[in-house]
Amino acid sequence: MENFDVIVVGGGPAGLSAAISAAKAGMKTVVIERGDYPGTKNVMGGVLYTKATEAVVPEFWQEAPLERPVVEQRYGFLSGDETILAGYRDPAWAEPPYNAHTVLRVKFDRWLAQQAEKAGVMIITETVVEDLLYKGDNVIGVRTGRAEGDLGAKVVVLAEGVNAFIAKKAGLAPQMRPDTVAVAVKEIIQLPPEKLEDRFCLEPGQGATIELFGDSTQGMMGTAFIYTNKDSLSIGAGALVEPLIRSKWTPNDLLEALKAKPYVKRLIQGGETKEYLAHMIPEGGYNAMPKLHRQGVLVVGDTAMLVNGLNREGSNLAMTSGKIAGEVAAQCIQAGDLSDQGMSLYEQRLRDSYVVKDLYKYRRLGQFFETHPHFLKVYPEIAANAMHQYFTADETPKKERQKQIVKMALEKRSKSGLISDIFGAWRAILK
Amino acid sequence: MHFVVCLKQVPDTSEVRIDPNTNTLMREGVPSIINPYDAHALEEAIRLKEKVGGKVTIISMGPPQAKEALKKAMSFGADRAILLSDRAFAGSDSLATAYILTVAIQKVHESEPIDIVFTGKEAIDGDTAQTGPGIAQRLGFPQLTYAIKIRNIDDVSVTVERKTEGGREVAKAQLPALITVEKELNELRYATLPNMMKAAAYEPEVWQAKSLPYDSSHMGLKGSPTSVSRIFPPPGRTGGEQLDATNDPKGAVANLVEKLFQQNIIMQHPLAKGGEA
Repeated sequence: MENFDVIVVGGGPAGLSAAISAAKAGMKTVVIERGDYPGTKNVMGGVLYTKATEAVVPEFWQEAPLERPVVEQRYGFLSGDETILAGYRDPAWAEPPYNAHTVLRVKFDRWLAQQAEKAGVMIITETVVEDLLYKGDNVIGVRTGRAEGDLGAKVVVLAEGVNAFIAKKAGLAPQMRPDTVAVAVKEIIQLPPEKLEDRFCLEPGQGATIELFGDSTQGMMGTAFIYTNKDSLSIGAGALVEPLIRSKWTPNDLLEALKAKPYVKRLIQGGETKEYLAHMIPEGGYNAMPKLHRQGVLVVGDTAMLVNGLNREGSNLAMTSGKIAGEVAAQCIQAGDLSDQGMSLYEQRLRDSYVVKDLYKYRRLGQFFETHPHFLKVYPEIAANAMHQYFTADETPKKERQKQIVKMALEKRSKSGLISDIFGAWRAILK
Repeated sequence: MHFVVCLKQVPDTSEVRIDPNTNTLMREGVPSIINPYDAHALEEAIRLKEKVGGKVTIISMGPPQAKEALKKAMSFGADRAILLSDRAFAGSDSLATAYILTVAIQKVHESEPIDIVFTGKEAIDGDTAQTGPGIAQRLGFPQLTYAIKIRNIDDVSVTVERKTEGGREVAKAQLPALITVEKELNELRYATLPNMMKAAAYEPEVWQAKSLPYDSSHMGLKGSPTSVSRIFPPPGRTGGEQLDATNDPKGAVANLVEKLFQQNIIMQHPLAKGGEA
């Protein structure tokens, strides 16, 4: 049985970041990936954040296969055929230091794996890790599905994604619950770059993102987005499993309904669907976060439920947690302390970083939307209605118009309900 | 014994599309794989090595990214992999390719005498089935093509079953020999983890044109008499005839049966009783 210092289970951004930082600290490191190569099984909406990526590969934008730097983030609230828009654009985001890029994971992850190989990491593909290997209570490596498939390690980093098969077996991740995991689907729709740039009012090469709320998730807690790639769009929709089951919507129906919305239809018109992808998103947040370590094991990325759904951040939390895990693994190995206590340094550093701080800040969010469903269904309606009335020039004096709007809002939601909602939102999002 | 396997990285033709305007292959984004017949050639070489002992050397010609295919091939248990990669080789047809591979195989043969050269029966991107026999001819090795079973191997000869259009043929050749293989020859293995790791750490040797005694007039576009005048997708199948049975189901069925008889799809058994003849 060959022995490594660090075995990383899973070749996504979290695992590869862990491997790179461990290898840079001099650790003999291997990544075991089940896909043909890292990226083939990896799916996300498609936004990669510069800061967290740069911490793993400095100046990565020089070489990495990126789609477009994001210069504009738009928010759309859909209600029936109506759309309320808000957004922010800064052309400075088209230059280093960028804020974020759109990426296609099948290309980006493969490139990141090559960077890991350059750092001295061995990457074994098409191989499934089936379990951890124990000696007494101590984890001493992993068992893969191949013949003569045991590998020894001082530290195993679990970066196996949202499914968390090994983490569950090891009691490090709870069974997934319908209210802590979302299912999302996305299509990659091919369009010529000039069309994309015209439709999104972009300079050549620049990118935009749109997050959509309201009807896009049919009032369920979920996600919907459109991102510009080089010569395609990523468009996706999804929701928590629990309301999906209850409402009998499927993620695919959500996406089809989204594509039929007047505002969206025009953006994707004439494009050809090239890829169809589906993925689970861990949305449990802070309260669903498992224990992040045990003797000889660290848990990173989606496996550790490190996703900030509100700000659609995930890849950055994954990479930051991976990087810290790689560093802590090296530190513990060098100090000769692989105990649960020694490994807790990882959790401590995550808690000191934006990763757990952000999850903690939004810890009430999931429950908030459950107890205040009006935000996802009634408020987009009220807002669209208010906008419609406000912008309609029909000779009604504005003062009277304002009164009408307030009356309409109170008909849809009582005064006390409004106050409770505002307080709840403040508590869940801003506090 | 020393087994050499000629292996080609090819686009996964199940995912290749043809540009409807230019009639050229659209290779962008199409995954590359080991030519499936070559994978079976490699498997057989490794099985023989495991049976009689020896060494398996893989030789491939292609662009630098063909290293990926060679690394993967190493994971099945080969011992050495050589990639012939040079701009001077680009544009070679099967004639020039056979020449380029032969010169390299000869060099390997001089330092470590070869017993059998294995190739796939053809590559799935060209379907010519010419390169294997071309190599055998130039090496002066006897060739056994379309092998579906190795019956016997000893110090001086090899006996194989060949697939022919009419059935099977058993043929014996003196060693060294060249064998081109069919997929039926064997079942591919699942690489062991130690071999996967060996392959992940392995860096294939890259041989350039100048490292071998090549005659440049025999390779690349210059050495390739084949010219492709046109590539086109075969016409799509036209849908079958449809009979409308909404108004007259009985008549439609009778009509259908008659058509099936006409085209000899069904026929009446000579001993059948009943019904109308």
